[in-house]
Amino acid sequence: MARRSPYLITDYRSDLRLFGSNWKRFGLLLMVVAFIGAPLQLDNFWLGLLGLVAVYAIGGIGLNLLTGYAGQVSLGHAFFLGVGAYSAAWFGGQQGWPMLLWLPAAALIGAAMGALVGPIALRLSGQYLAIVTLGLLFIGEHFMVQWKAVTGGTRGTSVNADLAIGPVDFANLELFGITFTRNQGLFWLLWGVVALVALMAKNIARTRPGRALQAIRDRDVAAEIIGVSLSRYKVAVFALSSGIAAVAGGFYGAAVQQFVSPVEFGGIQGLVFSITFIAVIIVGGMGTISGGIVGALVVGALPRITQRFADYLPFLKSTPNDSGIILVGQFNLMLFGALIIVFLLAEPLGLAALWRRITTYFKAWPFSY
Amino acid sequence: MTEFLQLMVSGVSLGFTYALVALGFVIIYKATEVINFSQGGLVMIGAYLVYNFTSTWGLPFALSVVLGMLATAGIGLIFERIILRRMVGAPVFAQVMITIGLLFILQNLVTAIWGPDPLNLGDPWGVSTVTFGEVVIQVRQLWGMGLTLFVLLLFFLFFRFTPLGLAMRATAIDQEAALAQGMSSKRVYMAAWGIAGATAALAGVSIASGAASLSPEVQFYALLAFPAIILGGIDSPLGAVIGGLVIGITQSLTAGYIGDIAPWLGAGFESVMPFVVMVLVLLVRPYGLFGTPEIKRV
Repeated sequence: MARRSPYLITDYRSDLRLFGSNWKRFGLLLMVVAFIGAPLQLDNFWLGLLGLVAVYAIGGIGLNLLTGYAGQVSLGHAFFLGVGAYSAAWFGGQQGWPMLLWLPAAALIGAAMGALVGPIALRLSGQYLAIVTLGLLFIGEHFMVQWKAVTGGTRGTSVNADLAIGPVDFANLELFGITFTRNQGLFWLLWGVVALVALMAKNIARTRPGRALQAIRDRDVAAEIIGVSLSRYKVAVFALSSGIAAVAGGFYGAAVQQFVSPVEFGGIQGLVFSITFIAVIIVGGMGTISGGIVGALVVGALPRITQRFADYLPFLKSTPNDSGIILVGQFNLMLFGALIIVFLLAEPLGLAALWRRITTYFKAWPFSY
Repeated sequence: MTEFLQLMVSGVSLGFTYALVALGFVIIYKATEVINFSQGGLVMIGAYLVYNFTSTWGLPFALSVVLGMLATAGIGLIFERIILRRMVGAPVFAQVMITIGLLFILQNLVTAIWGPDPLNLGDPWGVSTVTFGEVVIQVRQLWGMGLTLFVLLLFFLFFRFTPLGLAMRATAIDQEAALAQGMSSKRVYMAAWGIAGATAALAGVSIASGAASLSPEVQFYALLAFPAIILGGIDSPLGAVIGGLVIGITQSLTAGYIGDIAPWLGAGFESVMPFVVMVLVLLVRPYGLFGTPEIKRV
């Protein structure tokens, strides 16, 4: 009797399984090993970089729910990160709340802001929505600059928020008598949060709400006819994505930078920051959760790597007075632009689709399909 | 009263500048249904090219402007031909993101070539002014207004009376039907990008001339033109001008009076005001004041 193909999915439960095949279980094992082992092996530069990548991954997963799954284009993602960062500065820093309090507070405030923007998405579609959310960056920047008591005005404010869960302080981690550096501790904290957020997003995406969001993305009128409430889901996905962005922003302020300034999250810089997250999901893969993480690795790591190795590339200069054609910062932004263009032309569904194509090739080998 | 008139004049002048930038958005949107985020980059590179022709090469100003318009039109054409042409039929999101990618490239290319410091465009108007009663108007503002009206007239004549303008309107309404009537959508798209590039260069000159100097900040005007195009309706040239005027006057009056009326809103609120107006208008009229409503067919 013919053996059942291991790839054949015959019931709903196996379709929903997170780690269905042996390969995926092996991949999970690899990820766990990397999660535990990476901080012990990598030097401080790479660990700091991976901390930033983790923030990009959290924010990218949030934006992917909104843009990749629900099809709502937002250029205001940076604003919600700013809300999270300032919440961390105020509740965690000024008020001295512990992390288990300020982090949910940041998420709730971000989600509430997102829920306020949500209704606008009900009235506008596509490109109009993109421009309104662009307006959010400018309006947000103004209030971030003006509300000096909380935000510290244009100069910004430092964030001394607590990063501990109970007795375990990730900023000065001590386990079994071994003292770890700040970057080592934060790696475990941040990537732990990435795993939790990814799991939550995956659970949303693979069940009823996720399918409703994809139905809205593919055709909102049809979605409404089959019983998807547009108002509920659009507002909910805006709130959810903004809440996740605020968590990312909180960690960006408290763990990565320890400082926030309004120029980062508003106006032109804010637009660049928002586009960074869009680049994350385009490069990683729209409408996949793992895409957010893979994209964050590429987009987060690339600028720091060119910066680090600028001395070896003759056309780059690190300061305006060096020899060379173009400043590293400018080159990185151009690289972003080129990255977005190349991916949209060559692989619109991102690295996730590339990976899927490669695995399909080997599954079907020696046949082409 | 004099203060009010003075504010109105600078508001109207600012509004015409926004309108000129906005016309570039409108023509690309009319032909391709895509908001071209790289318009700010085109405005920027147009202005810097004109600077290059006048100050570096020493050409006469009027000739430099024409050359700058042609060169920027060329950049638009090339971009359409080698990149956006491949994206016809792709999701709008992807096309918009590609124009954002181009914006990043243009922005940083310009700063890499010409540096971040302010430059003098080398225009003949300088800081000279004329006075009507007690209201002072800069000569460059008058020229800016005149040029915008002239371009608007050209747009009107072009869309109304030329075969290409007709083809463009037809393609915007229904690309396949227009193709079936023998109108080449390739030519329409290229023409749209070319015209948008030329308009962008002109807008760049009108922003950076006179007392205002040429710096990478020029591109911010394109971001502030977004409220104008949204307000006027993204596919209407006349709407773009009216939207530009509304935004310009709002901004100028806000700058003049916000300190007396609502000081708690803080300094610099005038640069946020356009976006506030835009959000309010969009909530009432989702397709702007003069835009065509999108009809949903089931």
